[in-house]
Amino acid sequence: MSNQKVDVWVGLFVMLGIVALLFLALRAGNLSSFSLADTYAVQARFDNIGGLKVRAPVKSAGVVVGRVADIRFDDQTYKAVVTVNLERNFEFPADTSASILTSGLLGEQFIGLDAGGEDRMLVAGDDITLTQSAIILEQLISQFLYGSAEREGAVD
Amino acid sequence: MAPQYNGVMNFSSPAAAERESDPSDPNVLLSFDRVTLGYGDFVVLANLSLQIKAGEVVALMGGSGSGKTTLMRAATGQLSPQAGVVSVFGQSIVGLGGAGLQSLRQRMGVLFQHGALFTDLNVFENVAFPLREHTTLSEAELTHKVLETLDAVGLKAAAHLKLSAISGGMARRVALARAVVREPELVFYDEPFAGLDPISMGVTARLIRRLSDRLGCASVLITHDVAESFAIADTVYLVGQGELKAHGSPATLGESNDPYVRQFLDGAPDGPVAFDYPVTPDFERWAACKGVGP
Amino acid sequence: MNALAAVGRFTLEKLVVLGQLARFFGMLVTRLGIVVKRPRLVIQQVHFIGNYSLLIILVSGLFVGFVLGLQGYYTLNRYGSEEALGLLVALSLVRELGPVVTALLFAGRAGTSLTAEIGLMKAGEQLSAMEVMAVDPIRRVLVPRFLGGIIAMPILAAVFSMMGILGGWFVGVILIGIDTGAFWSQMQNGVDVFNDVLNGVIKSVVFGVAVTLIALFEGWHCRPTPEGVSRATTRTVVAGSLVVLGLDFVLTAIMFSH
Repeated sequence: MSNQKVDVWVGLFVMLGIVALLFLALRAGNLSSFSLADTYAVQARFDNIGGLKVRAPVKSAGVVVGRVADIRFDDQTYKAVVTVNLERNFEFPADTSASILTSGLLGEQFIGLDAGGEDRMLVAGDDITLTQSAIILEQLISQFLYGSAEREGAVD
Repeated sequence: MAPQYNGVMNFSSPAAAERESDPSDPNVLLSFDRVTLGYGDFVVLANLSLQIKAGEVVALMGGSGSGKTTLMRAATGQLSPQAGVVSVFGQSIVGLGGAGLQSLRQRMGVLFQHGALFTDLNVFENVAFPLREHTTLSEAELTHKVLETLDAVGLKAAAHLKLSAISGGMARRVALARAVVREPELVFYDEPFAGLDPISMGVTARLIRRLSDRLGCASVLITHDVAESFAIADTVYLVGQGELKAHGSPATLGESNDPYVRQFLDGAPDGPVAFDYPVTPDFERWAACKGVGP
Repeated sequence: MNALAAVGRFTLEKLVVLGQLARFFGMLVTRLGIVVKRPRLVIQQVHFIGNYSLLIILVSGLFVGFVLGLQGYYTLNRYGSEEALGLLVALSLVRELGPVVTALLFAGRAGTSLTAEIGLMKAGEQLSAMEVMAVDPIRRVLVPRFLGGIIAMPILAAVFSMMGILGGWFVGVILIGIDTGAFWSQMQNGVDVFNDVLNGVIKSVVFGVAVTLIALFEGWHCRPTPEGVSRATTRTVVAGSLVVLGLDFVLTAIMFSH
């Protein structure tokens, strides 16, 4: 096979590889939802983050507005400190609340932002003060049992 | 010189007289100085000394397993001698590595016993290989040189053929062309006549002599073919039983009375080289198991 | 006592081979410069190793995708989660089946042909002839094939995964009737580019290095007889496959444990 023909075939082969990788990254993976837009970082403290992971989405009204950048433990307040990168073109009032929600019944956890009503907006480095921790199934069940035990006790 | 077959084809150059062997002669291209060759504990050749000069055609002869190919591998630096010094182009090749060895090898050519052609290339590309690897000739110059060399072996019109399309004799000639395309000063031919028909043998012998005369190189024929090599060689070295048995011009050897030389040249079945394989303790044990006497 | 000596000897033999393999790898790595001086050699090998494996990879990927789609549907259907089929197929392929099955097929198809080719070149004295012509056979013959294998493997693995996902989509959406939107969106939500796709690519590169190295090693060291070549090709497939599976376990443990 002449050198030119070989080059063409190898070029096609490598092209096919690139197409496959792009397919996997974009159509199968979540690369297309990565925004390269400018972000600003905001912090939130939670009692329990449940199964929240870095790079989990931050949604408001169901739309992705940012990503979880970092999760750390504060051994002074014994709370989880979550750093969140919000897209710069989305501004949120300073009294916005952040809760850890689950997509679907058993899906991945994400942070949901509920916009507040203040005039002052969150800026880089600010803290979100109103937070709601993740719902832990075991706590829910023990609450239910405790609650039903109380009711039973109240009947007697 | 057109071949005239009257039993013996004689193409020797006119001055095929005894040559003085002088180690300090700058014409000496290959020299073995009291060399011992072997693999581990097994010694193949001991205390061997020989010299080969430019323009000479030397035949290295011996029976099967006598160490001829080992000798060639020592000369190309593929095997280190256990004792003694092997010198190529006046330089010791023992322990020489890397760039030094490569530059010496570029001045040598080797024709392997079965051709050792590169099976994924065609005739032209095989002969062009050394030029592509070591020279920076333009494509036009390279093509000219390759076709010129193929023409010298009579295969110019076969340049386009794939290796699967040529006969064994032709393949041998292509390998010969590849060995000499860079006009080396020292050429080795490993069993060049083995397995060829009489016509091919004559052609090959004539080519070796003609190339040697034209390039002025030293040619070393490793062979056990007496008739063909005696016809073109200036000097013959006969090895056997681990040592150099005789050396001299073909005429001198032909008159020798040494029993080994006589058995070899006459092709006698029994003599210094015994016909019967010697009995060993291993064999006696095996025979006892089988229930037969040794 | 004899059994103990046998085990000791066996272990020593394997250690010697491991040492030889490491030295062989070192020999190849120190001569990688050939790709800059003679890129055509590497391109040719990518062609022989990659392009000629494409058909089996495409078809195998497609059929593995078909089966994943079918089997995955049967299992997920029990728990009412058929819509997660896309996610199941994609994760299985990208993380594990793509790199591993491709590597196993590669060992069988490209690995054995490399071993046989080098072994036969050795038998035909071609490597010796090159040496005597002052051409380094390692640089001229082995290194281009090594690089060709390393380049071809990740490409083949990505193609396998892509074909598998398409095959799973065909079975799940076209044949069975799962909602195509759910198929793709659940997949996109669950497959992370860095954790899953990139790790799969890293795995396939590591497998490519391992299988190609073993194939070239066996060919280089085989006995130049028909039987020697046959044994060497067998060892390439067996050793290559076992190493791939072993490395997969190690890499999975490193990459996917949170």
